[in-house]
Amino acid sequence: MAEQEYDVIIIGSGAGGGMATHQLANAGLKVALVEAGAYYDPADEEQRTQLRYPWESPRRGASTRLRPFGDYNSCIGGWELDGEPYTMKDDTDFMWWRGRMLGGRTNHWGRISLRFGPLDFKRKDSDGLGDNWPIGYEDIKPYYDKVDKLIGVYGSNEGLYNDPDGFFLPAPKPRLHELYYIDGAKKSGVPVYPARKSILTKRINNDRGVCFYCSQCSRACGIHADFSSGTVLIYPAIRGGQVDLYTNSMVREIITDEEGLATGVSYINKEDRLEYQLKGRSVVLAASACSSARILLNSRSAQHSNGLGNNSDHVGRYLHDSTGASRAAFLPELMDREIYNEDGVGGMHVYTPWWLEDAKLDFTRGYHLEIGGGMGMPSYGFGFAVNQYNDFIGERVGGYGNQLRDDIRKFYGSRLSIACRGESVPQYTNRCELDPTVVDEWGIPVLRFDYHWTEHEINQARHMQDTMEELLEASGGILLGSKAGADRDYGLTKPGEIIHEVGTTRMGTDPATSVTNEFGQLHDASNVFIADAGPFVSQADKNPTWTIMALAWRQSDYLIEQMTQGNL
Amino acid sequence: MDRRETLKTLFLAPLAGGIIARSGQAKSASDVSWTALPTSYSYGRTEAEQQRDATLFAESYFREHELLTIAVLCDIILPSNHPNGGALDAGLPDFVEFMVKDRSRYKLPIRGGIAWLDNYAIEKFAADFITVSEPQRLAICDDIAYPDMEDAELQPGISFFSLMRNFTMTGYYTTELGLKDLGYVGNTPNVWDGVPERVLQQHGKQYDAQWLSKCVDQSRKEIIAEWDDDGNLTS
Repeated sequence: MAEQEYDVIIIGSGAGGGMATHQLANAGLKVALVEAGAYYDPADEEQRTQLRYPWESPRRGASTRLRPFGDYNSCIGGWELDGEPYTMKDDTDFMWWRGRMLGGRTNHWGRISLRFGPLDFKRKDSDGLGDNWPIGYEDIKPYYDKVDKLIGVYGSNEGLYNDPDGFFLPAPKPRLHELYYIDGAKKSGVPVYPARKSILTKRINNDRGVCFYCSQCSRACGIHADFSSGTVLIYPAIRGGQVDLYTNSMVREIITDEEGLATGVSYINKEDRLEYQLKGRSVVLAASACSSARILLNSRSAQHSNGLGNNSDHVGRYLHDSTGASRAAFLPELMDREIYNEDGVGGMHVYTPWWLEDAKLDFTRGYHLEIGGGMGMPSYGFGFAVNQYNDFIGERVGGYGNQLRDDIRKFYGSRLSIACRGESVPQYTNRCELDPTVVDEWGIPVLRFDYHWTEHEINQARHMQDTMEELLEASGGILLGSKAGADRDYGLTKPGEIIHEVGTTRMGTDPATSVTNEFGQLHDASNVFIADAGPFVSQADKNPTWTIMALAWRQSDYLIEQMTQGNL
Repeated sequence: MDRRETLKTLFLAPLAGGIIARSGQAKSASDVSWTALPTSYSYGRTEAEQQRDATLFAESYFREHELLTIAVLCDIILPSNHPNGGALDAGLPDFVEFMVKDRSRYKLPIRGGIAWLDNYAIEKFAADFITVSEPQRLAICDDIAYPDMEDAELQPGISFFSLMRNFTMTGYYTTELGLKDLGYVGNTPNVWDGVPERVLQQHGKQYDAQWLSKCVDQSRKEIIAEWDDDGNLTS
């Protein structure tokens, strides 16, 4: 490999790394983009899973360890990766999802694209917990606006203070089960709005197509009508000629000089298992909150004896994920419904943002509601417990023979579900750190997680359960399953399970209690930046992707300015 | 005529015919045959996935008697005497064979369930399940096809039958026959412009005008989006 020195080495090709690549390469910087997984393009017939029928898979779309979200999901990665373990301290039960592909986890996320609001950056001001961000909504708003226009997000301007307006594409009309939900929520005095998702309901440029409503964003879109980092940010950047892409390249550490500044990165080529180095004037770390923390902690040197950027001992701390809980109901009014093509966009057309900001509750911080249901394409699991709802209509459950065909049709599309996603309170003690003894197959020390929910999250989950019951019943539903009680922490998901982990390299003005400044620049090494969700001080009840990209764009502007001024 | 004679491969003609096995008894359930499912697939797999699937297909789990029992049960659960075919036309025994290898936690419950079923048939009718007469088989199914049966002795059979019903329904409704039977019409490029008016009327629902004003005008979807400074769409 030539002794080329890159202007920037970007580690990780997900939302943050993709945006950094797009902005920095377009500004004329020479960029190396290093990704631990393989090249991926959903438009490539060899990699296509979109528009396939269930029988094109021998397991009819069932999940496997290699595709935990189903056989057609575009994820390559998962909760367990061969050769890449992680460990848990004491009774911690953390789930860590890692994407291993170009575009990272943006290939298979829900495309829910929510801006944080003014309150979300200053939560300590309202509840005294955790910390405020060093920036406010006004600092990031211009970048949210740019992200909206560059990438495209459908939604609606509603004038909600903490769910700010933006530059939205028009929303898809609600499906039938969503109309039932809207009416039910109205009865309960709970607001409902068009969802906000980065799916192109209208053309945004001549490179990407317009949604053709197959509902399969989770399989990645062949005409790039949904957002993924690869299709929307990285391919255009590569076409500009300023990007060298290194795939299947697992970064071991960031190399620093005697002044403590980064000079490059060291990575293992997974194909030949040999170690290589890249030289760079600066490094943008965007490997995901936990992976970036791991790389920093593994980048030890005389100047950074506790790991790069870790003089404060804050790398890996304040790790937090969204809370979650869910419930479903059977809607008798949707029995025997007429069947038509109701696929729509991938996921919900409507949602409920947090509506109780001013209420007196026994927990702090809110959650939003995601609505599910409809006449989806059958896949593995469809038809299990085929006529269990017979219980609700006075008919016998079970049996055999052709009457089961009638049962299938009778109950098809009669389910309404709600999933809640909430904000947790960041904790100093919730963290990932290096396991002192365990390494992965390349000999790199792995992460050990130490994470416990607090009463805030558990009380919030109880409130979620009450809300979901009320709304499902108000929508005409008969609740399914039993309500999760205290013995099950009210159905609260495991930490990590929602795959919104943030906070491991939080930003702040004080180098003693934070890892980066407001631009994601390490306090301890000025030419190293973090562009994933690690710098989040708190996470809001909003999915983090839009904020990752707005921050990465803002960071890129700052990085270019610093480089222009000769500071890097 | 034994209705199984009519099964064969009426509905999935392009696929190869399945195995036919006989126990030597006239009009036996073991005359059953089914459509064979493909053993190679191509749908965007990684190398690791291709290797895993090849390993699964190379493995053989069920014994012939077990496969025949699965076939006979699946045929009872979703018979082929229907214009859209049934379980055997959808290759159910092959599907179950693959799924238990893919999800090995199902191996034992099905193997053990078949053994339980044979024991029960022998106790009741002095022969294993596929050897007893058709009315006797249906009598056995009547004992175990309903979860509300409280007889403790039947519970393992009820559990097994429920599992087989799950596999049969999911295995059938994820084939072309099943989608046709259901009437599924999605998985194809289209333009979603809301619930059809007649369906709205059937359900007493209507779209709120203010909400509709936020929704996409499909006649303008190809016009590149532009906004004014306040975020109002202008194109």
